Amino acid sequence: MSVIEAPRSQARPARKRGLNLEKWGWIYMRASGVVLLVLIFGHLFVNLLVGEGVKAIDFGFVGGKWADPFWQWWDVAMLWLALIHGANGMRTIVNDYTNPGTAQKVLKGALFLAATVLIVLGTLVVFTFDPCPAGSPADLLPSFCPAV
Amino acid sequence: MPENSAGTLAAPAKPAKQKPGGTLYRGREGMWSWVLHRITGVAIFFFLLVHILDTALVRVSPEAYNAVIGTYQTPIMGLGEVALVGAIVFHAFNGIRIILVDLWAWATRHQKLLFYIVIALWVVTMLGFAPRHLMNVFSH
Ligand code: HEM
Repeated sequence: MSVIEAPRSQARPARKRGLNLEKWGWIYMRASGVVLLVLIFGHLFVNLLVGEGVKAIDFGFVGGKWADPFWQWWDVAMLWLALIHGANGMRTIVNDYTNPGTAQKVLKGALFLAATVLIVLGTLVVFTFDPCPAGSPADLLPSFCPAV
Repeated sequence: MPENSAGTLAAPAKPAKQKPGGTLYRGREGMWSWVLHRITGVAIFFFLLVHILDTALVRVSPEAYNAVIGTYQTPIMGLGEVALVGAIVFHAFNGIRIILVDLWAWATRHQKLLFYIVIALWVVTMLGFAPRHLMNVFSH
């Protein structure tokens, strides 16, 4: 029987000098986790429990929320923290179940790419969003849009 | 299975060499909380990828966004949302448990108790969430 390495044995020794990225990753998972708990529970409460919950979500609902910088920053913070936390957690899992090599590089590359693209996309969407796009039927828009 | 199978099978005269007992998975609260944390983490991650893309449709047109978000309001998806929220709530509470176990000696000693506290808080939270959410989904 091939011997399995003891849990927590390192693939390569931790760096002695300079930045220990694995340590900072470990700290990030915990710090972001605490903040995410607040952000995500608040998100779920406002979107799913208040009023008619999921039934009330439509373009007008989103437009109403993002008219307020408070919710824009709330959602952008959640976006960055959750994607980096999730992608880094997935990297841990890839490290656990694959050996160093091409497949591992491809998987980690895909995680990095997905997180980067979605962070850029999401941030642009939140800050360039137009709640009153010209030519859209008024009944689909937030109530504060000027009638045309 | 005895409480602690390692080392109780045959009392070794000299300290037993560390060898894998066939598997690294040791069972009990510690393993199951880890398994659940891992599965829920992966599930939430993949949902998040989809959820950012569907929300990005607000930048396309009100019609496009409403069409896709409408599919979140069907009964089947309503049940799926209960599962998703259940996964998030477990991952969140158990994440706090992990942090406490890492940083606080008392919590390290009482990690099993903390696991049952996580389960209890999960049940309470889901009792607050699921009925109300399902009423929203299945009424009107
Ligand atoms: C709600 C608040 C959250 C808390 C308190 C939390 C906490 C944690 C903690 C403490 C870890 C362990 C890190 C380690 O062992 O080094 C972790 C792992 C992980 N988290 Fe979260 N997390 C939260 C939200 C999320 C979200 C939103 C995602 C998905 C986007 C996610 C995905 C993951 C993944 C994939 C792992 C790796 C699991 C593993 O290594 O087995 N978490 N989380």
